[in-house]
Amino acid sequence: MSDIKADVFLDITNLVCPMTFVKAKATMEDMEVGQIIEIRMNEGEPIQNVPRSLKEEGHEILKVINNNDGTYTIFVKKGGQ
Amino acid sequence: MKEINYSELKKGGFMRQVQKGYFSMRLRVVGGRLSAEQLKKIYEVANKYGRGYVHLTARQGVEIPFIRLEDIEAVKKELSEAGIEPGACGPRVRTITACQGSSICPNGIIDTTELANECDKRYYAQELPHKFKIGITGCGNNCLKAEENDLGIKGAVKPEWEKSSCTFCGLCQAVCPTKAIQIDEKNKKITIDRDKCTYCGRCVKSCPTNSWKGKPGYLLYFGGMFGNNIALGKQILPILFSKEDVHKVIQATLEFYKKYGKQGERFRNTLERVGWDIFKKELEKAIENERSDFDE
Ligand code: SF4
Ligand code: SF4
Ligand code: SF4
Repeated sequence: MSDIKADVFLDITNLVCPMTFVKAKATMEDMEVGQIIEIRMNEGEPIQNVPRSLKEEGHEILKVINNNDGTYTIFVKKGGQ
Repeated sequence: MKEINYSELKKGGFMRQVQKGYFSMRLRVVGGRLSAEQLKKIYEVANKYGRGYVHLTARQGVEIPFIRLEDIEAVKKELSEAGIEPGACGPRVRTITACQGSSICPNGIIDTTELANECDKRYYAQELPHKFKIGITGCGNNCLKAEENDLGIKGAVKPEWEKSSCTFCGLCQAVCPTKAIQIDEKNKKITIDRDKCTYCGRCVKSCPTNSWKGKPGYLLYFGGMFGNNIALGKQILPILFSKEDVHKVIQATLEFYKKYGKQGERFRNTLERVGWDIFKKELEKAIENERSDFDE
């Protein structure tokens, strides 16, 4: 369940570390501050590391949804510099 | 030709090679860190006295093979100019190994380099019944494999949840490797199963609103060995929060080994023979003033 509306959608389930984070970061660079991105990623290393790295970059993790198929969807709001 | 004292040489980090008259020289490296200057000196010595290469050991050591017996003094002198000493072999505290820890690695919970330097100053080359390995790893990822050491130290966090700032985003439940966290979004509650928690600190590091706070600490493992006989170190104390406690425990461990260990007996075997209970009591005695840390 999610009542959050995303402006951008990104699937990084086909990437491995560190490209998961690199792709997410690159995509977010083209967004406006305050916009929301929905990112689908695999469980395990990506969910352990990508949200945390985005947090360290100053973005805000709004919601994490377990899709129960080995993937997670996260909603992230782009932070201001 | 003068008498060669092989055990003296070995104590000083020189190991006899298969090739007659040659020694492989082990260097003292603390926590896996060498300066660029030191590397340069090692390069020079390996070229001048060795055969132009070094061997990296499994425990972060550097060895320079093919040093001739007659060059040993000159090699020692040259290396000491760059602050490099021979390493220790034989029955004593060996090289203190460490991962990069919190000063470099984003996962790190404790400053492993600092702790390794302290341990090196306090315990390095102390005489014991047999070799004794201390390894320090910064977090539960365990890059330095704490449980393989006679005494292993692992960075850890005891998490505490604060409701007021939590947005119930669900990330902590998703990242917890042991499924110790349960989020009840309807009732705005999060519960943690303390028995399942391994103190890995992932919830604390990940939480976007810092609702998980954590007190960094140390988990200690005793009696690991990975040679002819293999045994994993056991965690017999709760998480320790003060570094002074860690040192008190290390000191008490070494004293226990000196007191009860037989010559040539690995620490694990001493523990098995004398009894883990007796050992545990000695450790608790060593830190008994800080007993409050034991309270959950
Ligand atoms: S054990 Fe942890 S802190 Fe140390 S290098 Fe590995 S991930 Fe980093
Ligand atoms: S990660 Fe933090 S904000 Fe999100 S549910 Fe857990 S405690 Fe709450
Ligand atoms: S410290 Fe690690 S094991 Fe414990 S609750 Fe947090 S994520 Fe789970």
